[in-house]
Amino acid sequence: MAADGAGAAPFIQIEGVSKFFGTFPAVRDVSLSIDKGECFALLGASGCGKTTLLRMLAGFEEPTSGSIRIDGQDMTRIPPWERPVHMMFQSYALFPHMSVEKNVGYGLKHEKMTRAQRRDRVAEMLDLVQMSGLGSRKPHQISGGQRQRVALARALARQPKVLLLDEPLAALDKKLREHTQFELMAIQARTGVNFIVVTHDQEEAMTLADRLAVMDKGQVRQVGRPLDVYENPNSRYVAGFLGTVSQFEGRVIRAEGGTVTLSVADFACEISVASPLDTRPGEVLTLALRPEKLRLTRERPEGPNTFPGTVKDLAYFGKDSLYRVILPSGGLISAHAVNARRGAQAPDWDEALWVSFEPGAAILLRD
Amino acid sequence: MRALTGLSQWFDRRGWRDLIIGLPYVWLLVLFLLPFLIVLAMSLATRTPTAPPFGYGGDNPLLNFEGYARLFTDDLYIRSFLTSLMNAGVATLFCLALGYPMALGLTRISAGWRGILLMLVILPFWTSFLLRVYAWMGLMGRNSWFNGLLTDLWNWVTPEAWALGHIPMMQTNFAVVLVMVYTYLPFMILPLYANLERLDRALDEAAMDLGSRPFRVFVDVTLPQSVPGIIAGGLLVFIPAAGELVIPTLVGDAGMPMIGRVISDEFASARDWPMASSVAVVLLILMVGPTILYSRFNARAEGSGPLEAQK
Repeated sequence: MAADGAGAAPFIQIEGVSKFFGTFPAVRDVSLSIDKGECFALLGASGCGKTTLLRMLAGFEEPTSGSIRIDGQDMTRIPPWERPVHMMFQSYALFPHMSVEKNVGYGLKHEKMTRAQRRDRVAEMLDLVQMSGLGSRKPHQISGGQRQRVALARALARQPKVLLLDEPLAALDKKLREHTQFELMAIQARTGVNFIVVTHDQEEAMTLADRLAVMDKGQVRQVGRPLDVYENPNSRYVAGFLGTVSQFEGRVIRAEGGTVTLSVADFACEISVASPLDTRPGEVLTLALRPEKLRLTRERPEGPNTFPGTVKDLAYFGKDSLYRVILPSGGLISAHAVNARRGAQAPDWDEALWVSFEPGAAILLRD
Repeated sequence: MRALTGLSQWFDRRGWRDLIIGLPYVWLLVLFLLPFLIVLAMSLATRTPTAPPFGYGGDNPLLNFEGYARLFTDDLYIRSFLTSLMNAGVATLFCLALGYPMALGLTRISAGWRGILLMLVILPFWTSFLLRVYAWMGLMGRNSWFNGLLTDLWNWVTPEAWALGHIPMMQTNFAVVLVMVYTYLPFMILPLYANLERLDRALDEAAMDLGSRPFRVFVDVTLPQSVPGIIAGGLLVFIPAAGELVIPTLVGDAGMPMIGRVISDEFASARDWPMASSVAVVLLILMVGPTILYSRFNARAEGSGPLEAQK
């Protein structure tokens, strides 16, 4: 995907949008640019303003200030029924008194189409979501996963420029989620419609989205490709929200050539981290370590960033295990180990180990 | 002692459940079915000059269908049935027309206002029903400010040839319908409100999102889903209105009595209890019809109600 604002105006442009409910700022000065065909995710904990932002895109809420442009048109004051934007609701909001076909065809009533064209379009949509043959059922006669497909077909039937998805996978069970996730991506690729997904589930956001925005307290904290945001979070909040991290405070000893050396009270050694941050000696920074980037070994490995610890807790998930290692200082650090070999003797409770990581594996954070 | 323990064990096991389920049935049996059977028996008796003024046997046939026969031959009964159905029907329609927007409004305002307005809907019940009917009689009388105001309005909008000194409102079916609408409006509003309040607002938004303007949303989404509420409110207004006695007696046209008035007159003035009972039985059968239809509809709607569909 192209970077923000490269030459042509972005397809969806949100500029300085704020929304106050009374005196409560639900969304504060959010600006985002989304390119055509992109699948964009708004990610955040509940109450972070992501749903309010989505509702402003749909037209259900009017921004207190700022503007929203879609495909060059100012949408800020356009009512929902005139927007080329359709929404897949979290509850699916299927009309209970209408059949699946009627639901899917509902929006087409407002299009200049013949009855036959309308019927064809409904059939085509049901085919797209693999619901052909169930058109005459009522919503309460189909399963939750099928309802979601109908909701998707209904929202896509009028060929919107933008499809808004509010927690699209939240109501599905785990098996169905994975399947639906890939299906959504395939449908997005096939239709080329811009998807904007609101979710509190970081995995969902990372797999679905080309780019995502992490929101907190009504503000956008970081925007970028899932990979960039995950590997290079710009704040402790983002690092903690996207995946798990263990965070430690460290004091900068020296910085040279992109490598910062810190003393971390919790580790009994000096730590070298590759970081683009411009640091001063003596400055206190946060060292964030992702569990999968740590190595646990019985023998002391060669190299920097090696310190001892004892297994306090372990959770066996089958394909991998999560260890909680207690450090000499009493601090805890989480480490992931993939159970790659059958019958291998994995570290056990209360076992003394060495923890180590590459200089490039840790993240230094100032905020 | 052992018997008592056994009894208490049985009671613990299923006694409470049976008791709770059984009570309403006992209630219906004693206070509805039994009296109805008495009325039914009375309707088949023969009028006598004794006290109580009916009897069986002797010179009289054990089953006397004369009352029912008269129902279909004497056009007083047919006309009063029709008057009742018409008055009740018109009152129900007006209650719906007035009550629906009010019920819908109640679901759309802030919780604080909702409490106040709901209380205002119920508030008239706190004063005597008779007192309220008398108040309307005062308002509709020929010398009241209300009648004067309406008369002026009438004279202003209509040609001079139609000018009136006052509008004859009292002793008309108009007065009956007006007071019935006033009296029964809460019975329309409350079930409608209960129905509309549990509708999922996301459905409205979905319809809007798919291109429908608010009125279209109402027609496509809100109205079809409120049919059970409309039927419930309609029955709650129509059934008592059709059998209404006090309102037509006080403000109605004595020349066009409603069926409640006829029953009352047969019982009290004519002392023809078998005849009055026959009318009452037929009225009940007429009213049970729509109720059964309603519960049929309800049972069917249960399966596809808005709550069910969201599960």
